[in-house]
Amino acid sequence: MAKKIRILIAKPGLDGHDRGAKYIARALKDAGYEVIYTGIRQSPQAICKSAIQEDVDFVGLSLLSGAHNELFPEVVSLIRKEGGDNIIIFGGGVIPNDDISYLKKKGIEAIFTPGTPIKDVINFIEANKSRISH
Amino acid sequence: MIELSENVIKGQSRAVARAISWIENDHEMKESLIDQIYPYCGKAVVWGITGPPGSGKSSLVDHLIFRMRAVGKKVAVIAVDPSSPFSGGAILGDRIRMQKHATDEGVFIRSMASRGHLGGVSGATSDAIKVLDAAGYDLILIETIGVGQTEIEVMELSDVVLLVLVPGLGDEIQALKAGVMEIGDVFVVNKSDRDDADKVRAEVKYILEFKEQNGNYIENPVVMTSAKLNEGIDQLLKDTENYLHNINLKGQLEARRKLRILNEINRIISGKIEEELKTFITQKEKLDNWIEKIYQKKCSPYSFVNENFKTFLKEYKKP
Amino acid sequence: MTELNKITHSKQKWESEILKTTLERNPERKPDFSTSSWIPVERVSLPVLLSEEQYMAKLGFPGDYPFTRGVQPTMYRGRFWTMRQYAGFGTAEESNQRYKYLLSQGQTGLSVAFDLPTQIGYDSDDPMSIGEVGKVGVAIDSLKDMEMLFDGIPLDQVSTSMTINAPAAVLLALYIAVAEEQGISNDKIRGTIQNDILKEYIARGTYIFPPEPSLRLVTNIFEYCSKEIPRWNSISISGYHIREAGSTAVQEVAFTLANGIEYINAALQSGLDIDQFAGGLSFFFNAHNDLLEEVAKFRAARRIWAKIIKEKFKAKNPKSMMLRFHTQTGGSTLTAQQPDNNIVRVTIQTLAAVLGGTQSLHTNSRDEAMGLPTEDAVQIALRTQQIVAHESGVTNSVDPLAGSYFVESLTDKIEESVWRYINKIEQLGGMVRAIEAGYIQKEIQNAAYKYQQEVEKNERIIVGVNQFTSKNESMIEILRVDPALRKIQSEKLQKLKAERDNSQVKQLLIKLRDAARDEKVNLMPVILEAVKAYATLGEICGVLRKEFGEYQESVVL
Repeated sequence: MAKKIRILIAKPGLDGHDRGAKYIARALKDAGYEVIYTGIRQSPQAICKSAIQEDVDFVGLSLLSGAHNELFPEVVSLIRKEGGDNIIIFGGGVIPNDDISYLKKKGIEAIFTPGTPIKDVINFIEANKSRISH
Repeated sequence: MIELSENVIKGQSRAVARAISWIENDHEMKESLIDQIYPYCGKAVVWGITGPPGSGKSSLVDHLIFRMRAVGKKVAVIAVDPSSPFSGGAILGDRIRMQKHATDEGVFIRSMASRGHLGGVSGATSDAIKVLDAAGYDLILIETIGVGQTEIEVMELSDVVLLVLVPGLGDEIQALKAGVMEIGDVFVVNKSDRDDADKVRAEVKYILEFKEQNGNYIENPVVMTSAKLNEGIDQLLKDTENYLHNINLKGQLEARRKLRILNEINRIISGKIEEELKTFITQKEKLDNWIEKIYQKKCSPYSFVNENFKTFLKEYKKP
Repeated sequence: MTELNKITHSKQKWESEILKTTLERNPERKPDFSTSSWIPVERVSLPVLLSEEQYMAKLGFPGDYPFTRGVQPTMYRGRFWTMRQYAGFGTAEESNQRYKYLLSQGQTGLSVAFDLPTQIGYDSDDPMSIGEVGKVGVAIDSLKDMEMLFDGIPLDQVSTSMTINAPAAVLLALYIAVAEEQGISNDKIRGTIQNDILKEYIARGTYIFPPEPSLRLVTNIFEYCSKEIPRWNSISISGYHIREAGSTAVQEVAFTLANGIEYINAALQSGLDIDQFAGGLSFFFNAHNDLLEEVAKFRAARRIWAKIIKEKFKAKNPKSMMLRFHTQTGGSTLTAQQPDNNIVRVTIQTLAAVLGGTQSLHTNSRDEAMGLPTEDAVQIALRTQQIVAHESGVTNSVDPLAGSYFVESLTDKIEESVWRYINKIEQLGGMVRAIEAGYIQKEIQNAAYKYQQEVEKNERIIVGVNQFTSKNESMIEILRVDPALRKIQSEKLQKLKAERDNSQVKQLLIKLRDAARDEKVNLMPVILEAVKAYATLGEICGVLRKEFGEYQESVVL
């Protein structure tokens, strides 16, 4: 059986606006990926543990409240600490341009802001899947 | 020993997770991995949780985890969801109701997509159980997809099966009569806070009376729970553990586990032979040509397979 | 031949003689047209001819049953809607400044946005609050913050709307406490508390407790308001967030009204009389870009609600039957690309709300797809309302689109589809059951998915996003909240806890715990007592969390 790409879609922080996260989850399923969805209000610790236990290849973080600068880097550092060295992390939500370069420096490899077509996300996954470990 | 096996035995969750991926993806080292961890298996008890979608399986599992953690047991959960037959993708959302345990070191939750496997579980579930067992989890809960009568496989994998029912699903009782009842050991009427829960319970009891009873018959518990109100869970635990104790005393648990081994061996045999035979035949002659011949009615599918099977037995040499 | 048959006949003639040749030469842009919510739209609507009896049953006159044409007889000829900009960020001090600015710019009501920890009942120093303090609204931990929030704003001079749900009782108590400190009596304070927990489970996500105890809190507030603060709207039943989550216009109305029915049932069960509280129920809807669909939606909503209250719940007082509503322009219609375009979108949406007969309106700022709005952006948004009010002329006639063949037929179609949903939900055992079964969420998600797929396939054009895009996007300035805010708030909390009478607080929290255990007790007075003693929001919600448990979402994807 061929390796299936597994993706965790997670919502850190407290905002309950999960329209985007659920859309991405469903669209990625329709693109043939296995998507694990955590639900809203997840702590960085819970997201990290879920990513490790589910042995995912990608983690997508969605946040609309503006707490991304605090919470996204925290998720990255926890995942690295737990040995998830090869897990590729991306994010999305209401994120001002100014913050994107900061987040990229902190290890969030791509940021998808509102209005991004889903094919951009899929292209990102396909372009990076050679990096995932088996 | 490969490093991954060592780390699984040590109970490292990253290794356990990766080992399950190896199984799911049929990694080339999968069999060595199982060979190496197998001696460490046998301590865990496996509960299957099945029942229709919307019956509250995940919420019950959530409560069971709390109770088991309170008495210091390590718990692992395998939650199976269906893969899309069209895209092959899946959304695995069961762990959402168990996320309170996400940061508990004594809990391991793994979502699995069925990947086309029928029977309510995934093809990798049985080996994943071995990994979790070897990693030291005391209790392994298997939550099935929940589509009904086809979920017999959970029976083969589990020491005990909890069949979760709820009021208001209408055709449910009919389905029970049609055989789902045979899958369950413990019957859980969930959402007991609803008016018509008592009726479901009465019907389950009624149907159980018609179950074939021999001398070794151990009564199937019927438990009312409300995952929402956190009620009846202790009773469910008590009854399930009692049931396990009783089937153990009568030797039924051992028989069941041995039957599981037999089934597993059979499955491996068929799998291996199938693979070898297919490879052999397709090597020998292009399958498309054969299909063309059969299509032209120059030979029948049986004569084709029989002829090739004979040559296979004669010529096949283990590589 | 009836008049309508004659017209239909003439239409057929027109189709074969005139239309046909045009279509042969210039086919239409697409085979089918529909509203943004997929209601089919015919090329040309036929007249809806009504007898006097039918007219009175369907439309009536403004201020009279079934209120299709509006809840007041003179509507905006009397006075304009309340222009109410939702605002709040950072500390109470900063938000207080923004409120004073808005009032000085001609805004006529306040609308308080709370940060997420406040909305979910956590103090700023709680670990759950990390990263979120002051982000999407103001951080309120105790009466100290609330005093500062309304400092220098006499509470008998403004009406205040508070977007707060799970801990609504606590924030309402805080408001009452501040008014008392200002020496203003209870019957002088005016405003609205959102207090709509059901849509939190469906769409917005700031729930705390499971449905049963939550509904108890809701009805406790109903009862308290009807007795103690008669000019206060005890709930704002909100379709806004349901629409934001991706529902259709029909779903927005249907699920909102179905929530309303559930609240009424809960209140009736707790022993209240329908006419005692139904007049205090208010609504909150979204205004999207499909102008005529939105107008029809508002009109249909009024008519259906009036029927529900009169026919199903047998209310006697006409005020109970009036669907009064606040509107906010659609946040999800704003684009981060070419943000100035949002000003135009908001203008269309403002027209929709006003032509639909709204009682109050928040207009979104052009920069809200990127973050919190700046003062300049908020000013343009407010000016948009003022221009529509004073310059457009649409306010001079009541319900000016009534009698439009298209609008009337769309109003009827929306009503019909809404009833279908309401009946379906009743069959499922009511809204709580429907939510627990995931039915509502699934319906919304399917609509949201379909919508997004159409955008992805360019079947639906969003200007500046999937067509008419420009390479060089102008950077626009956004408002930033001080990341050190959590520290500032935590220090305030420490100081508060050192200064207040802690034994009194402890005693009042025990009293609250005991009250929570007795379903017959109204929790409002107990909470009011606790906040006056400076018990914090987190402490109060913590007690209730322990007693009531927490809700766990049932996700359906």
